[in-house]
Amino acid sequence: MADDALIPDLHLPEPRRLPPPRSPAAPTVVSEGPLARAAIMTVAFLFLALFLVLPLITIFAEAFSKGVGAFFNTFSDSDALAAVKTTFLVTAIAVPANIVFGIAAAWAVTKFQFPLKSVLLTLIDLPFSVSPVVAGLVYIILFGAQSSLGPWLAAHGIQIIFALPGMVLVTIFVSVPFVARELIPLMQEQGTAEEEAALTLGASGFTIFRRVTLPNIKWGLLYGVLLCNARAMGEFGAVSVVSGKIRGETATMPLQIDIYYNEYASVAAFSIAVLLALSALLTLAIKAVLEWRFANELAAGRRH
Amino acid sequence: MADTSFHSHHLPARRRLSPAAPRPAGLAATISAVAIALALLVAPNPASADVSLLNVSYDPTREFYKDVNAAFAKEWKAKTGEIVTVKASHGGSGAQARAVIDGLQADVVTLALAGDIDAIAAKSGKIAKDWQSRLPNHASPYTSTIVLLVRKGNPKGIKDWDDLVKPGVSVITPNPKTSGGARWNYLAAWAYASAVSGGDEAKIREFLVKLFKNVPVLDTGARGATTTFAQRGLGDVLIAWENEAYLVKDEFGADQFDIVAPSLSILAEPPVAVVDGNVDAHGTRKQAEAYLQFLYSDEGQKLAAKHHYRPTNPQVVDKALIDAFPKLKLVTIDADFGGWAKAQPTHFGDGGTFDQIYKPGQ
Repeated sequence: MADDALIPDLHLPEPRRLPPPRSPAAPTVVSEGPLARAAIMTVAFLFLALFLVLPLITIFAEAFSKGVGAFFNTFSDSDALAAVKTTFLVTAIAVPANIVFGIAAAWAVTKFQFPLKSVLLTLIDLPFSVSPVVAGLVYIILFGAQSSLGPWLAAHGIQIIFALPGMVLVTIFVSVPFVARELIPLMQEQGTAEEEAALTLGASGFTIFRRVTLPNIKWGLLYGVLLCNARAMGEFGAVSVVSGKIRGETATMPLQIDIYYNEYASVAAFSIAVLLALSALLTLAIKAVLEWRFANELAAGRRH
Repeated sequence: MADTSFHSHHLPARRRLSPAAPRPAGLAATISAVAIALALLVAPNPASADVSLLNVSYDPTREFYKDVNAAFAKEWKAKTGEIVTVKASHGGSGAQARAVIDGLQADVVTLALAGDIDAIAAKSGKIAKDWQSRLPNHASPYTSTIVLLVRKGNPKGIKDWDDLVKPGVSVITPNPKTSGGARWNYLAAWAYASAVSGGDEAKIREFLVKLFKNVPVLDTGARGATTTFAQRGLGDVLIAWENEAYLVKDEFGADQFDIVAPSLSILAEPPVAVVDGNVDAHGTRKQAEAYLQFLYSDEGQKLAAKHHYRPTNPQVVDKALIDAFPKLKLVTIDADFGGWAKAQPTHFGDGGTFDQIYKPGQ
């Protein structure tokens, strides 16, 4: 069974993270003196404190600046609740869609030989290089009232842009690469030997997928889903272009933060920011646990 | 530590992510999440079972329309028994017009200037061409003007437009390409320069070149410029909507800013219109028209004055509120600039006077 490889104790130490092995020659290999090393480390820590920790603390400080009551009061506003709901709804559709696409793409790339494979690989990375604003505008040009599809959509009462479907579409667009990018190196490394063995034993295609492939990739998949989820929840630019900013209806949490901030409701803005920050910290924590427990199975995925 | 609503919303996502969940259950959770999501999409939202209107508006009207929407819903309920929810979308006036053209389902638009509504009428055909004559006073239920907002005590001694071109004065105004308010700002400055130079266009341009040399940053909307000035503390003077200047004093305390009324400004007429194509598709024409009429009603006018817009029917409003507005000499878009149909391309079109005088980074 492939699952045997999961016994975590065998893979506890994570070699890539450890400092270089201390051979007798080690002190001379590092040419910097202890002072220089301390200075470099101080710079690194100061930089992180200044650019990451301080802003994070500021978010919490602002959100609770008028007390815990004011913080919770934000969520009695129907607009804030609607923004939370919209965000989870968009994410709940976009992430599963990307799971299906990600597995299919990774499967196609790693298990079959076909022409234009490199084109598919490049296309998966497209959302990384395209500005989210452009992504949003593209969908307006495709589905907006002035597009060639526009009159047909309007005649059939289908609203894509400035409504939930458009927001879901752009969210899928910007978060497409995460699952596929995580799975492709992993599946490449594993090869097709186990699937072939299952095939010779008479397993059907779906059984092979369910019993052999999925167990092999599950932690990598989870890791990709995590990143995909974080991106989907936090996306601002692309969603802002297609949302129409209808408060209580098409505002996601990042958009609602912007709305509140522009209305001088800074406690409300930062209260929602706290929610997003907490979900980011949760993501980080799960990510750390995954990396620590399943380092070996994730290693392939992290090498790109 | 998050409140319970957050948890209950987050639960499906977390279950899917939980490392402990065996894969088949994870798959089932995923599928059911999709199913629930789709069901939510298809099922009508019970809150909007009655009627809902979408008002697409410009930036500084957020607080005003919040009050109007609540008051109108109350009045409509009393009059007809029907529950109407007015939803709002705010942004730079030009950008909002663009969104309506691209299909944002506005029932009514309440924008910063007639040119933006003209653009919707011309590009989408969803608003009748004669929209501006369908409601009183050029379809503007309230007016406003452009004033100068300075820091308390007026440390740079700014009294009029010519103080803005002095070296060392930093001026905040948004980008006229995207912001309706900024276009009024620009034309007000133009009108002043025209008045002092006796209409000498070379001198007017020279004045505006100097003025925009003092502008360190162009925000996309009026609210962005206000935040830059008031919250981030940039600049010595903000050229602003009168109502926005008052709002800043209300929000940040009257002890932090002073309003300076220049010797001459422009009468800004933010117009409103029903989006015919959309209300006919939604079956909301009756409610949308009543909503705009409400802006002209006594209560609507009082709310406008409360939010520092100048009511077009001042008799119905508390006299003290009206007297609080500074007395200004005002030029108009129609008499002095030949209307928006002419002013828009001349000044703000590609290669217009703004493009000629504004060279960033010089």
